[in-house]
Amino acid sequence: MKKDIILQLSLRSIRLNFLRSLLAAIGIVIGVVAISSMGMMGANMTMSVTEELSAMANVLVVKPDSGGGGGGMMGGPGGSSSSSDDDYISKEQFEDIERVAGKYGMVYPLYQESRTIEVGDNEGRATIYGMRDEDMATVLTVEEGALPKTSSSVVVGPSFAERHELTIGSRITIGDEDNNETVQKVRVVGILEEKGMSMDINTDNAIVMPEKSYVGMFGGEGKYTQVNVILNDISDADTATETIEDKLNRKEDEVAVQDSSRMMESITSTVSTMTTFVMAIAGISLLVAATSIFNVMMMSVTERIREIGILRSIGTQKGEVLRMFIYEAVILGLVGAVIGAIMSLILGWLVVLAMVGTTEYFFTYQSLIYVPVSMAIGIAICIFSGVYPAWRAANLDPIEALRAD
Amino acid sequence: MTAVPVIELADVTKIYPLASGDVVALDHLSIRIDKGEFVAIMGPSGSGKSTLLNQIGGLDVPTSGILRITGKNIRQMSDEELTNLRLNAIGYIFQKFNLIPLLSAYENVEYPFILKHRCNDDTGRVSQLLAGVGINRRMAEHKPAELSGGQQQRVAIARALVNDPDILLCDEPTGNLDTKTGAQIMEMLTALHNQGRTVIIVTHDPSVGAQAERIIRIKDGKVEEP
Repeated sequence: MKKDIILQLSLRSIRLNFLRSLLAAIGIVIGVVAISSMGMMGANMTMSVTEELSAMANVLVVKPDSGGGGGGMMGGPGGSSSSSDDDYISKEQFEDIERVAGKYGMVYPLYQESRTIEVGDNEGRATIYGMRDEDMATVLTVEEGALPKTSSSVVVGPSFAERHELTIGSRITIGDEDNNETVQKVRVVGILEEKGMSMDINTDNAIVMPEKSYVGMFGGEGKYTQVNVILNDISDADTATETIEDKLNRKEDEVAVQDSSRMMESITSTVSTMTTFVMAIAGISLLVAATSIFNVMMMSVTERIREIGILRSIGTQKGEVLRMFIYEAVILGLVGAVIGAIMSLILGWLVVLAMVGTTEYFFTYQSLIYVPVSMAIGIAICIFSGVYPAWRAANLDPIEALRAD
Repeated sequence: MTAVPVIELADVTKIYPLASGDVVALDHLSIRIDKGEFVAIMGPSGSGKSTLLNQIGGLDVPTSGILRITGKNIRQMSDEELTNLRLNAIGYIFQKFNLIPLLSAYENVEYPFILKHRCNDDTGRVSQLLAGVGINRRMAEHKPAELSGGQQQRVAIARALVNDPDILLCDEPTGNLDTKTGAQIMEMLTALHNQGRTVIIVTHDPSVGAQAERIIRIKDGKVEEP
């Protein structure tokens, strides 16, 4: 049987100064927990955002060029600022787009307006989309009921339905007489499936009606608010964008193509930058931990100078003394890292639940990898902090050390 | 008596460089100690006997001159070789016992054995040595702080013997003990000498020195001729 007497000495020294060692290890615990839970939060946020965005990432949105605009900004629910009378995509432009981009995926035009609505006694504002019948069948998924067939029937998004307590058969009054708007009553025939945030069309919080009804209500036939291209292959995004721009923007900038995959990249990169930044701040706690480990190690060396002298005088090598103190640092680091890992799983889970809202990505490689990574950082910090004290201990003059009280 | 002396100092000088001027601790010292001798090195404090002890113990190297321990010149040794010399050739017995506080009495004796053999003692040597110095199994489980001075010094003697050293080097071995216990320790050392071991005692106590076969008196870093 073989037992490492040097390791034994390290272990016993820690046990002898249990409280002090524990306090030093707590610094590492805090550091590990801070880094890994922040890292996990970032990873979960990225994955959750990516998941939400990738559903719409294969979409190109062609909008009339309003001059200067055309970045990757999202029109939020209810946003209707882009539909002034002169700003539209004409039927000819749409056909051009369909001709050049049709081979990359499905091209469909979309009308969009924002109007005051009334359900019972409740007033509100809603985004109203107008779509061609054939597009509705492809783009929309009905959760309950059916797609509108008649001119006075509409489908609504699930959030909208919930907010206004709408069910199949409910009636909505669109338009406000006070603002000289056409007032029309429509009937809900279907409630759509939840789609999530999207750049091309946000149906969750909107009313969707057939093109005919829309034009009948708001006019402007063939004056589309935007044209969407649902790509078959997301890697065609750049080519398709160029093709459309080449075709329509030859003389002057007529349309702006918004590529949502680029937007997704920029969002995920922003999230990861933020994560790195937050982790760096969390890393400061490890710096504090390093100082405390260093302090404890120096104290341990100073207290044990005489013992080091004895060890050296009876034949303990420098390297063995060095090893003894490095072990001590590693044990502190290990204990801190293990406790930290357990706590960061608990705390990380809570942080992710609170900040991201869902823990469905928590037990994934990308998220959990932060636990071993931060453990390794914690242990490395401990070893790093222990090197100088250990080196000092190993290089003490045995005669001087023996003389110490 | 073998031809090669256990310890041989030839013209050994040790100088401690200080800002206020160099201190000559050992001044062209020449001593020869043969195997099996029982030697007392005596002298007043400041005479240089501690410095001499550190040189013989392989803890320090002379500034000039030749110092051979078991035939090997220690001035040419690296720190690692010196450490190995201390581990294998020298058994140290200190005034303050100098047991390792974290280890039990048994483990203290076993410690140099493990360093040397890289394994625990399964030969029973440690237990035998402890029994030999009158430390029973139950006492051996205790930490040094739980033992009396005399018991600690007995453990220290057992520790010094565990690697079967060529030299037993004792630095005021009775200095921290009462007269009766001190006498017991001296008896033990005498017995070890009678078994053929080389014992060197550094002391300023004449009654201790008197028990040795030979006394080397040091004064101002030089051997005092009788």
